[in-house]
Amino acid sequence: MLNALTALGHDAPKTITIGDLTITERFDVALASVAVRRGRDKDFARQAKAAGLPLSRASTAETGQVYSTFWMTPEMWMVEASFATHEDIAAILKIALGDAASVTEQTDAWVRFDVTAPNLTPLLERLSNVDLATKPAGFASRTAIDHLGVYMIKQSATEITLYGPRASAQSLLHALEVTANSIL
Amino acid sequence: MSQVNRISASLSNPQIDRVKTLNFTFDGKAFTGHPGDTLASALLANNVQLMGRSFKYHRPRGPLSAGSEEPNALVELRSGARQEPNTRATTAELFEGLEARSQNRWPSLTFDALAINDKLNAFFAAGFYYKTFMWPAAFWEKIYEPIIRRAAGLGSMSRLEDPDEYDKGFLHCDLLIIGAGPAGLMAALTAGRAGLRVILADEDFRMGGRLNAETYTVGDQTGADWTVGTVAELSSLPNIRLMPRTTILGAFDHGIYSAVERVSDHLVKPLAGKPRQTLWRIYSAHAMLAGGATERPIAFENNDRPCIMLAASLRTYANRWGVSVGDRVAIFTNNDDGLRTATDLQAKGVDVVAVIDNRKGGALLPGIRHLQGAEVVDTQGRLGLKSIMIRKPDGKIETIEATALGVSGGWNPNVNITSHHRSKPQWRDDIAAFVPGTGGPQNLVAVGAAAGDFSTHAALKSGAEAAQKIAKALGKKASFTLPLAEDAPIAIAPLWHVQSGKGRAWIDQQNDVTVKDIKLAHQENFTSVEHMKRYTTLGMATDQGKTSSVIGLAIMAELAGQTIPETGTTIYRPPYTPVAIGALGGRSRGKKFKPFRLTPSHKWATEQGAIFVEVGNWLRTQWIPRAGETTWRQSVDREVLQTRNSAGICDVTTLGKIDIQGTDVGLFLDRIYANTFSTLAIGKCRYGLMLREDGMVFDDGTTARMGEFEYVMTTTTANALTVFRHLEYCRQCLWPDLDVQLISTTEAWAQYSVAGPNARKLLQKIVDQDISDAAFPYMGAGNITVCGGLRARLFRISFSGELAYEIAVPTRYGDAMIRRLVEAGAEFDAVVYGTEALGVMRIEKGHVAGGELNGQSSALNMGLGKMVSKKKDSIGMAMSQREGMNVANGYRLVGVKPVDPAQKITAGSHFLEIDAENTAANDGGWLTSKVFSPHIGCDIALGYLKAGDQKIGQKMRVVNFLGSGVVDTEVEIVSPHFFDPEGARLRA
Repeated sequence: MLNALTALGHDAPKTITIGDLTITERFDVALASVAVRRGRDKDFARQAKAAGLPLSRASTAETGQVYSTFWMTPEMWMVEASFATHEDIAAILKIALGDAASVTEQTDAWVRFDVTAPNLTPLLERLSNVDLATKPAGFASRTAIDHLGVYMIKQSATEITLYGPRASAQSLLHALEVTANSIL
Repeated sequence: MSQVNRISASLSNPQIDRVKTLNFTFDGKAFTGHPGDTLASALLANNVQLMGRSFKYHRPRGPLSAGSEEPNALVELRSGARQEPNTRATTAELFEGLEARSQNRWPSLTFDALAINDKLNAFFAAGFYYKTFMWPAAFWEKIYEPIIRRAAGLGSMSRLEDPDEYDKGFLHCDLLIIGAGPAGLMAALTAGRAGLRVILADEDFRMGGRLNAETYTVGDQTGADWTVGTVAELSSLPNIRLMPRTTILGAFDHGIYSAVERVSDHLVKPLAGKPRQTLWRIYSAHAMLAGGATERPIAFENNDRPCIMLAASLRTYANRWGVSVGDRVAIFTNNDDGLRTATDLQAKGVDVVAVIDNRKGGALLPGIRHLQGAEVVDTQGRLGLKSIMIRKPDGKIETIEATALGVSGGWNPNVNITSHHRSKPQWRDDIAAFVPGTGGPQNLVAVGAAAGDFSTHAALKSGAEAAQKIAKALGKKASFTLPLAEDAPIAIAPLWHVQSGKGRAWIDQQNDVTVKDIKLAHQENFTSVEHMKRYTTLGMATDQGKTSSVIGLAIMAELAGQTIPETGTTIYRPPYTPVAIGALGGRSRGKKFKPFRLTPSHKWATEQGAIFVEVGNWLRTQWIPRAGETTWRQSVDREVLQTRNSAGICDVTTLGKIDIQGTDVGLFLDRIYANTFSTLAIGKCRYGLMLREDGMVFDDGTTARMGEFEYVMTTTTANALTVFRHLEYCRQCLWPDLDVQLISTTEAWAQYSVAGPNARKLLQKIVDQDISDAAFPYMGAGNITVCGGLRARLFRISFSGELAYEIAVPTRYGDAMIRRLVEAGAEFDAVVYGTEALGVMRIEKGHVAGGELNGQSSALNMGLGKMVSKKKDSIGMAMSQREGMNVANGYRLVGVKPVDPAQKITAGSHFLEIDAENTAANDGGWLTSKVFSPHIGCDIALGYLKAGDQKIGQKMRVVNFLGSGVVDTEVEIVSPHFFDPEGARLRA
């Protein structure tokens, strides 16, 4: 088999601490997009439920037992699962959802950073136009950080998840680091 | 003696820290000041009134004001790479070690050789540059203009890279309050207590506005003390964000305002990691302009000498900074506010020698020589004021010795931001000033002096009431109690300029525009204010005419016999005050100007010493030099030959990959592509050509059918985003009834091309399944496994013309995959090639790419006309059939090689017949792409040639007109397929 590298180009994911802020690269999450086939809403909902897929509402993320999802656009979600058990997540979901959904593997299209800090606002207000301070936990949105399209999920008041384009992982991390240093 | 003009502590309680001393220099001379000072207040405290020279006439100038409206006291701050020109001394916060220099003078501030311009002023009237330097015409660009520019400019740039960082950010609020004077503070207090999310921004480093500059009380406190208490309460509220040192630059759509926060300008240099300035985009539900008002001068002869300043600014220097400007002070006013300056200064022990008041009647100031019905007609003093000449009511002229003169012509509400959406200010006779008009930015209200409510009580009241109204609109209940404050009425007798003498009376001191210039503009029929502004340059300097524009248009109104509102105002535009370009750039500069996209093989390629090329945001391997290779051509030729002789590997991850699924994908693709895809068999790929609506080629690439309702489209690297956007538009807007779902997978898969006669042998060492020609024929596609079970995709497609495959694995395995391919290829002497070798091979094969896909070429031009199916409808099909696009002598793609293989040809060269003159009329087309072909042994090119398909075998010339000389090469027109035209190799 081939050895895998993280999006930042290392054998293992990195954790960076700047002041009281921590940026953790996540390498253990499998991703797939699922989109409802036209006119198959009911079938899709039934099969998603049977598969344990929590379908989050617009602009939200939802955590389930095996799968978590965040909303991407009408009738389209990104599904998260453990990479260790679901490396071939698209194949697994295709079986679960049948022909009611279009499923596409997305695991390596993205770099995931989990960012924690007692107060995330000073960092995020310098990076994104999302008014995250007023959003509840579970809020999810697509936004732009340093010209990069990014999915942002508010896990709690002190933790967010960012999914950025994998090929620009180093640029996204650089933006996070420079900004984190500027607010020390 | 240091700070000789500082008023004693027993008479004054200014907002400076007298205990601490700050050292600074001006023009190399050392001075001291105190925390809380501006550069201007510290210099004035040290009896330095001369701070600059004027733009055109190089007249000696001191500060006119004490704020951001300052036209005169522009200086250079700092040195080396941090040198910053045109900085207002009146707003520059003093810090230990500040270096400041005067500008626009030579050799010194006190003796400026270019002051000769002042003597030659008759030649520099408004519009002089439209009338002079007309002959000889050739002299303008090389001689006149450079000389004028050198003489005229203001500060100079260091020409060194800015060493500081700048940042950007986004803020959100229920209410943005612009200005922290009495109205803004009271509004913030009211809204903040009601629970609104408030941003209070002020350009000053100390909040309070005029409350810091006045002596009257608010409640039972001084205005300054009330400010301190109010700011303290606001600081304690979590829903309030106080932003001192922050200027709101402009109002934009949907409640968005831009602001620049001067994070580090009050420090010698920014703290490590900190930005110098931050540009904020503020999203507000409501906004309130509480930006106060600006005092305006009165024009009279020689009204621009140092120590002639706005009366309220004289008062500000005394009250806020404890500085007396001059030991014999006169006041010239047309309103009651000017009288306040006289009484305040007198209370601080300053000798007020006279108050010249153009109004007649009313109470006289006690203990001061108060001359009613009088005017100042002229002044004397070269580098500083020595005396003023006044005309008394009886017409007699009197000279009064004075070392400072305060002038008050009334106050202009700072309407600027309310007009950023082209709302016209409205004139109010009672205050002789413009106030914000209707139709300004939505949900923006003006309060306090900015709305014409000049008294402290009126300002507090209007701020509180507006905040209460906004709170109600947002579903919150707000209440307030107003502190007692002065509520003096406005008493003004408008006076714009003094009619006297033939000398010059300045209106716009920064651009040296005088009353005479306005008269000249009117005389020459520039009667619109917009024309007058541009002809005279009134209000076009860095201060944007904050102290001058209303006087200018009032004088224009007089000349035209119109009222001021009939004359109107010019348009105010952002930014409110000048902004450093660095702040607009933010973090986007140098190598951080944009993010990079790194290919899966980047790490490996870096280890090999690869040369990278930027392709959009991607960094792609351009070539990989080996030991002993001294030119890029040696490396590229080797990569091409090794690939054609055995095998080559290239990272093609950058090509756009779009996963398209749904029961209608076949129909969808038939409409998207000019050729047919619904008939494509599962497990096969097809080359596709995508047209725009106008029939021109948009993009090309191969699309594979991976399942009944599942396709993978490949786009060019350059168009990956635009094609995806196009597909989304088609899916959502044109054909929402189709069952089609899209998502990009470009970065999800690491994809490598393996090409060359040994490509199959190499890959078979890695791929778990049989990939013989029988099992995996040309244009085959499928899901496979590699290296003992890792899921992968394989496509048998070729851009090089060789037997070739593209193999894709999940990106995390991309680095390992390139290493495994190189290892497996070692026995075949396989090579990793870059984009240059890729380009050589595709041109040898005659494949179109960037140079040919230029947005102006049709499928027919490219020799691909038969690909446009007429059996179905597709985007661009109908337009591609237009008669003009199908003429027989239209451009056709051809191959080109020099008749003499030793001769060079250049991309971009134009086709000409052998005997044709080098004229545009004889132009036959152009070369789109050119390379050296190591296979053929000479330069080869592709090009668009008129009727090119009928000229195969002909001799022509290609001529390059650019560069140092015309390069003219005889060439042979050949098929664009230089290499293996039958395609035998790729089907092997």
